[in-house]
Amino acid sequence: MTIDGAIDCDIHPGVPNIKALLPYMDEFWRESFVARGIDGFDMMSYPLGAPITCRPDWRVKGERPGSSLPHLRRDALDAFGIGLAICNPLTGGQVAVSETMGAAICSAVNDWIVEHWLNQEPRLRASIVVPAQAPLLAVEEIERRAGDKRFVQILMPAACEMMLGRSYYWPIYEVAAKYDLPIGLHAGSMYRYAPTSGGWPSHYLHDYVANAQLFEDQLLSLISNGVFNRYPDLRFVLIESGVTWLPGFIWRAIKTWRGVRAEVPWVKRSPAETIRENIRLTVQPIDAPRDTGVVERIVEQIDSDRMLLFASDYPHWQFEGDAVLPSGLSADLLQRIRVDNPLETYPRLKETVQ
Amino acid sequence: MNAPVDADVRLGIIDCDIHPYMKPGALNQYLPERWRNHVVEYGKFNCGIYADRGTYPRFSPNTSRRDAWPPGGGLPGSDVPFMREQLLDAYNIAYGVLEPLLGGNTSRNLDEAAALCSAMNDWQAHDFVDQEPRLRASILVPQDDPEASVKEIEKRAGDWRFAQIQLGSKTSEPLGRRRYWPIFAAAQANGLSIGLHIGGTQNSAPSPGGWPQFYIEDHHMLVHSMQNQAASLILEGVFEAFPKLKVCMIEGGFAWVPSLGWRLDAHWAKMRDEVPQVKRPPSEYMRTNLWFATQPVEEPENPDDLRQVFEWIGWDRMVYSSDYPHWDFDDPHLAFRFQMTEQEKRMLFRDNALSVYTFR
Repeated sequence: MTIDGAIDCDIHPGVPNIKALLPYMDEFWRESFVARGIDGFDMMSYPLGAPITCRPDWRVKGERPGSSLPHLRRDALDAFGIGLAICNPLTGGQVAVSETMGAAICSAVNDWIVEHWLNQEPRLRASIVVPAQAPLLAVEEIERRAGDKRFVQILMPAACEMMLGRSYYWPIYEVAAKYDLPIGLHAGSMYRYAPTSGGWPSHYLHDYVANAQLFEDQLLSLISNGVFNRYPDLRFVLIESGVTWLPGFIWRAIKTWRGVRAEVPWVKRSPAETIRENIRLTVQPIDAPRDTGVVERIVEQIDSDRMLLFASDYPHWQFEGDAVLPSGLSADLLQRIRVDNPLETYPRLKETVQ
Repeated sequence: MNAPVDADVRLGIIDCDIHPYMKPGALNQYLPERWRNHVVEYGKFNCGIYADRGTYPRFSPNTSRRDAWPPGGGLPGSDVPFMREQLLDAYNIAYGVLEPLLGGNTSRNLDEAAALCSAMNDWQAHDFVDQEPRLRASILVPQDDPEASVKEIEKRAGDWRFAQIQLGSKTSEPLGRRRYWPIFAAAQANGLSIGLHIGGTQNSAPSPGGWPQFYIEDHHMLVHSMQNQAASLILEGVFEAFPKLKVCMIEGGFAWVPSLGWRLDAHWAKMRDEVPQVKRPPSEYMRTNLWFATQPVEEPENPDDLRQVFEWIGWDRMVYSSDYPHWDFDDPHLAFRFQMTEQEKRMLFRDNALSVYTFR
């Protein structure tokens, strides 16, 4: 199966170690990282050796997952007929407890992605990696990158210092609205809090699965805190969140809102309307058994053909062979997922494609 | 000893979630003097920010229906005759399982927790079940002290007035972790199910993303705490170690159940080497060891979508609960807005609960 000109909304170039990022840092940080012997910023959310982090047939011995552009071209861009792909680098800079160290790493990653990926392959676009630990530093980084239209989104981990609806983050949303950049929330955590409200699970598998509940929490936070009242056109893309939890979540959110909406009188519309208008989700993983009719029913229940965005999640392991698209979707919906929805979600894609 | 229940009553509804509250000073006669004094001086020393109330202010007094305040005074849920009139008789409830949410098991002081749990168990048995034999009590345990918990379970296991062991959906460690296994062993050995009710301790933030600002968020996030306890029990291999253990998830909703099963299965298929104790696809344990109490019923925009959810989960897993006297009470006649066969109704409102609980 080949998808002509599909827009892949989630690929992960492997971020190298600190040494490779030093050329993009100022003298203070070059000196600090070297003198202090600091490295090893790979995130707990995606241990390099974990099966999810790299599909077995895409893993190259001795190489970091996703670190080779030729392999990305061969295994994903060419294999799936991808017209454009959005790079979402996952770096420890996004989760560091030091605001300024985090900012230095994030900024270096953005320079690195321009030089080694965007300048090398015209099908690639990227998200701006920001230190969400420090919204004001994040804003500076966004301002620094916004002029390069190949940056199409602002990327944050799904769990940060606080719930994402809090006004602490509004400076980021302000500048996102100014440049019409969606906020991409990617599965993964700063681990400032336990991965579940019942504490720390024993297994990585549980941490990974628990991302879905985290995304649900953040939707509640964004809506209840009035983020969409203040920024009605702002879009959030839930990346690698899973999809099948969405209808049940919407039903519960509607019911709770009907019951206690007077607590948040500014939330005047049903959460379902806001979610369908302002929230998008990438389709890997979708978390449904293949060929069982489940995906068809879930899509009916979501009741919007605008919300889902095509993604391979390369090199993360979400599917076998070329089964990059969930089974059971109509041709019309596939067209929307592969091309139309990404173009509507990321306005800059149109500006940079002939 | 069997309870004095008339055979005809068995045709009524079984309600898995009724909240009893206290008349002023009701606990004192069941609490040793040392702990009465302790509670006066230090309160229930839990992980919250307030000495005398929960972190998130509720949306109605005592979280209750406006019409549930007993005419003779006292808190909703504290007056057995009024509960009989407003709930048990009105809806033909054959059995109702009490789910006290009074913080006995949330004290950081484990000795205090043990004393409060034991006193609250006596209080349920004497002040409720002895007054109204259609009611059944939950065995409250200080779950962070497994030894004391097992002692309390053994003390109550032979008493017909107790129908289950209650745990909360928020615990200091995920429930599948081994510190809780003695409780599961005692439950299985005594044929008692675990009633896992939303709420519990607050050792961790309500979300991995931190602290919500509003009750509307926190209330909904409790549903997510239940999902994570289901995942923990399965992934830690609890149901391999205790294959006869029954866990009934109460007040956590259920529309999430199919999706969690699919998600667990999808990622277990890739990472099962990390959890060799999980022998079967995770969703299969949901069909053998978990039950789901329906309140608060999700309300899809298309009511038939809820029927689809029942079918995905399996009709045999679903049990009815009212949440009386709380504000989001589900009326058994009104809560389900789709067609059911007589057989489906019998399963939901009675028969499935009979396979969870041993009513004696």
